[in-house]
Amino acid sequence: MQEELKKIKQIARQAIADAKSLDELGELKIKFLGKKGELTTILKGMGKLSAEERPIIGQLANEVRDEIGTALEEMQMRYKNAALEHRLANESLDVTLPGKALATGTKHPLTQVVDEAKQIFMGLGFEIAEGPEIESDHYNFEALNLPKDHPARDMQDTFYISPDIVLRTHTSPVQVRTMEKKQGALPVKIICPGTVYRKDDDATHSPMFHQIEGLVIDEHITMSDLKGILAAFTKQMFGSDVKIRLRPSYFPFTEPSAEVDISCIMCGGQGCRVCSHTGWLEILGSGMVHPNVLRAGGYDPQKVTGFAFGMGVERIAMLKYSISDMRLLFENDVRFLRQF
Amino acid sequence: MQISFNWLKEYIDLELNAYELQELMTKAGVTVEHVQATNKGIEKVVTAKVLEKMKHPNAEKLSICQVTTDGQTTMQVVCGAPNVAAGQTVAFALPGAHLPDGIKIKKAKLRGVESNGMICSSKELGIDPEKIPPEQKEGIVILPDDTPLGVSITEIMGLDDYILELDLTPNRSDCLSVLNVAREIGALINKPVKIPAINSSENEEDIHNLAQVSIKDSQLCHRYCAKMVKGVAIKPSPFWLQHRLQCAGVRPINNIVDITNYILMELGQPLHAFDYHEIAGHKITVRRAEENETIVTLDNVKRSLTNDMLLICDDKRPVAIAGVMGGENTEVTEQTTDVFIEAAYFQPTSVRKTSTRLGLRSEASIRFEKGINMETVTYAVNRAAALMQELGGGEIVGGIIDEYPTPHQIVTVDLELAKVNQVLGTNIKNEEIKDILLRLNFELLQESDTTITVKVPPYRPDVSIAEDLIEEVARLYGYDAIPDTLPFGPSSQGRLTAGQRIRDQIINKMAGLGLHEVVNYSFINKNNDDKLGYAADDIRRQSVAILNPLSEEQSHMRTSILPGLFHTMLNNINRRNENLALFELGKIFLLQHELDTKTLANERWTLGIVLHGKNATTWQQAGVEYDFYYLKGLIEALLVDLKIDDARYIPCRDNSIYHPGRAAYLVIDDISVGVFGEVHPQIADNYGLKGRSYAAEIDVDLLIEHGAGRIQASLLPKFPSVTRDLAIVVDEKIASHDLKICVKKAGGALLNDAAIFDVYQGDQIAAGKKSIAFSLLFQADDRTLTDEEINVVYNQIYAALQKDYQAELRA
Repeated sequence: MQEELKKIKQIARQAIADAKSLDELGELKIKFLGKKGELTTILKGMGKLSAEERPIIGQLANEVRDEIGTALEEMQMRYKNAALEHRLANESLDVTLPGKALATGTKHPLTQVVDEAKQIFMGLGFEIAEGPEIESDHYNFEALNLPKDHPARDMQDTFYISPDIVLRTHTSPVQVRTMEKKQGALPVKIICPGTVYRKDDDATHSPMFHQIEGLVIDEHITMSDLKGILAAFTKQMFGSDVKIRLRPSYFPFTEPSAEVDISCIMCGGQGCRVCSHTGWLEILGSGMVHPNVLRAGGYDPQKVTGFAFGMGVERIAMLKYSISDMRLLFENDVRFLRQF
Repeated sequence: MQISFNWLKEYIDLELNAYELQELMTKAGVTVEHVQATNKGIEKVVTAKVLEKMKHPNAEKLSICQVTTDGQTTMQVVCGAPNVAAGQTVAFALPGAHLPDGIKIKKAKLRGVESNGMICSSKELGIDPEKIPPEQKEGIVILPDDTPLGVSITEIMGLDDYILELDLTPNRSDCLSVLNVAREIGALINKPVKIPAINSSENEEDIHNLAQVSIKDSQLCHRYCAKMVKGVAIKPSPFWLQHRLQCAGVRPINNIVDITNYILMELGQPLHAFDYHEIAGHKITVRRAEENETIVTLDNVKRSLTNDMLLICDDKRPVAIAGVMGGENTEVTEQTTDVFIEAAYFQPTSVRKTSTRLGLRSEASIRFEKGINMETVTYAVNRAAALMQELGGGEIVGGIIDEYPTPHQIVTVDLELAKVNQVLGTNIKNEEIKDILLRLNFELLQESDTTITVKVPPYRPDVSIAEDLIEEVARLYGYDAIPDTLPFGPSSQGRLTAGQRIRDQIINKMAGLGLHEVVNYSFINKNNDDKLGYAADDIRRQSVAILNPLSEEQSHMRTSILPGLFHTMLNNINRRNENLALFELGKIFLLQHELDTKTLANERWTLGIVLHGKNATTWQQAGVEYDFYYLKGLIEALLVDLKIDDARYIPCRDNSIYHPGRAAYLVIDDISVGVFGEVHPQIADNYGLKGRSYAAEIDVDLLIEHGAGRIQASLLPKFPSVTRDLAIVVDEKIASHDLKICVKKAGGALLNDAAIFDVYQGDQIAAGKKSIAFSLLFQADDRTLTDEEINVVYNQIYAALQKDYQAELRA
């Protein structure tokens, strides 16, 4: 019997080594180790063995079975690996081909700038206020310390709907409307993004454009607060190394007034074509709210102070995205829009 | 305002160079936009005398000149100017000289004759052709005979100078005066200004015997002064004066006119010089114009006037429009000998209105309309007379006419000192505040520990309240020195309103669905009403019109979002961008009543969508043509995002913009919030759009109002569901929506969903019929459904469809 076992082992090993496929290995497993396999058949004769022989043969049989089993598994594994390798080797793709065309729309660059500004100012505690684009002369001018015949009205070429109704020339009327609505409540802390209109159409002016204006009114508001808020905004909008500079200026609705420059985001203030070699870019008008405007909005200039600021969205978009021609913003060529 | 840097230095000792001054002034609020050197690269151009002039043997228009720069050596030069002559003193470019624009002068042979240098014209020296005085227009510059030889021409003509170009804010009209700019600089660097002294002698006559002035309207003319100079010689001004005017952007004419312009620039006081002998009756009357009265102004234009315009008249006729422009009839000419000089104060608003109405803005009017210094009117006219005597050689008539019916109101302002730091957030000492104001020529009238009262200088009409003084303090203290702080006080919360949030959400969703956002002008051409096929009584024809539009194209506020989108489509298609999926979220402006300042227009946020062509083609798949269902899919996706699940779609056959068989209203809460579909072929044609286009208009305000969806999550089913398909054949006119309602009703509680997965019309079924296949999902909350239970419901559904719609099972 020992001989038989050894023989089977040898035959099996040879057969396994000669096997050509996984299927063949499966057959060999049945042939040698199956319920009706050769090893089982031999082991059926165990009962005839003596008590001394039985454990020895039993151990040998187990060894033979394990050995055949192991050889089978090894060989199966080899074939599986080979098959897998073969499959992987034959399944290569050109990964440089483009993927499925999924929807990739874009938001207009002006919307993106407004969104970003809204996020920044909301983080600083501002609410977003809106108002009509067709506006009364009262809110657009008079309540903003710009009575009829005020020479500064020349600064803004106005589209008129009637002698008393205009297309708003700035979003400042929203400030007055908000003040009225608040009925003296404090603080007022808003930004007003929106579309505005001026009668001007050339390479650097569009008759319709967009502004973001801000207004803060409270007790003890100072010009240094204005500087601080604008520094915080410009750093988030243009980068943390951007510096701001305030220059005295004139707006009828603020006093004192300041023009705000940021260090040139193209050259870092060294001077380049974009900043006309000054190192500075003018981006904002601002100032302390004029007492007449506070009064028009129902606030007592003896008790509260405030600051206001305003910027052109087009200007910021052009700087931020290096857009050299403003007209591109309103032409809506999809080849331009796709870039955003 | 443009100013010669050297001119400024006459009034103040300056150690700064022009560029340093630019920085200093700009930071303090008087912006110097540009600094421009007037010497545009001239080197080795000197004064020389022409000793001899000969005709060039080989050239008709050239002459050969012998010139000297030292009176001893002579040089030969060929000159092409017709006005060159022996004995003249000229500007001579030596060999090796540099002229503006990089031109270099070399020895040369001109038509066989040696030429060592060049005799220059004003233009060749870089003078702006528009600012060249008449006598220098043709040919070379001829310098006065007493000009020393061999001296740099830049020195003689004052070209070693800089022009400061000021960009003045409307409040700082005081800086339309060189002297006042010097005052501003004086305040900045804390130095006094030197006001020119008047050293002149007057003759024995009294001007009051030679001329009379009467002011009929003291509202519009507050002050009128006059001086006279007799026996002047009209001639070109000296170069120093010409140069200063040229720097200021004024073309020199002759000494008298130039002096009036010089004083205007120096002091900001417009003057007018009349030829005394042309003033009829030697009487000046200042009065309002008669309706339709006319005058021919100095620019040779006949002007028709109205009753609110102020005129300067002589005994017979108007001789000037007050503060705006003089009349041709009394202007100073070559023949003038006696000059009547006017210096006045005219009411600012009146001058502004007159000049606006006449479309005539002059250096005089832009100063009058901002309000000039009423206290220096006599100084200005005296200084002008003195200069005329000096440069024109006449004698000044004794005395001065000074009619002053409406005296200057002194302006005083109280300032609570603590308020300065309260507003600025600074810590400026009271002494410094006072010092700054004194440097700016504010006069301290009263003073206590807490408050000061100051008198505003008469040339600063922009200062009238405490805040104005605070700005003055701030700008001299330096805006840079104000610290950065954040507002102190109860914190506020930044937030969006529901409407703002939903609008942002819509934009994000549409972009996420593959559409590009566009921004179009809100104003359109009125002819879009016809192009969109609106009926005569369509409410969308009631648009807001702009009284003063830039063009017809931009004359009316849009009542639909679509015209801009259609134009955008067309522009893109013309540029071969033919596959378009665009949207715009903007306002439309409806007029439901006569506009008034209380109610204004009905401005509605509107979402517009347009589609044309197909979506992206890739190597794997050809692009899919946009169609009605693609557009509807976009809208449905948007509604899913907004959590609106009760929208209905009703065929839209009555909107002229859309194909009557391929458009739908979007209905929420029984309210139509939008319309979408294929663009009517006729409308597409009106806009030049080829092929099929699709469009949608959704009233976002209504959507927000009626569709505020709230997420309510439900539990997941515990028991398995079962799906059965049901394909039926019905009449093709029956709407799928109706069938679905029937299915759902018949399916009852166990039918969880009924999705349409196939629609077929064609050969395999009868004509006029269509097949619709539903995928029915059965589900119970409390048990696994048995086949028997499902069969019962399935049969109920089919029975209902048979009964209501004569449906048959598809074979």
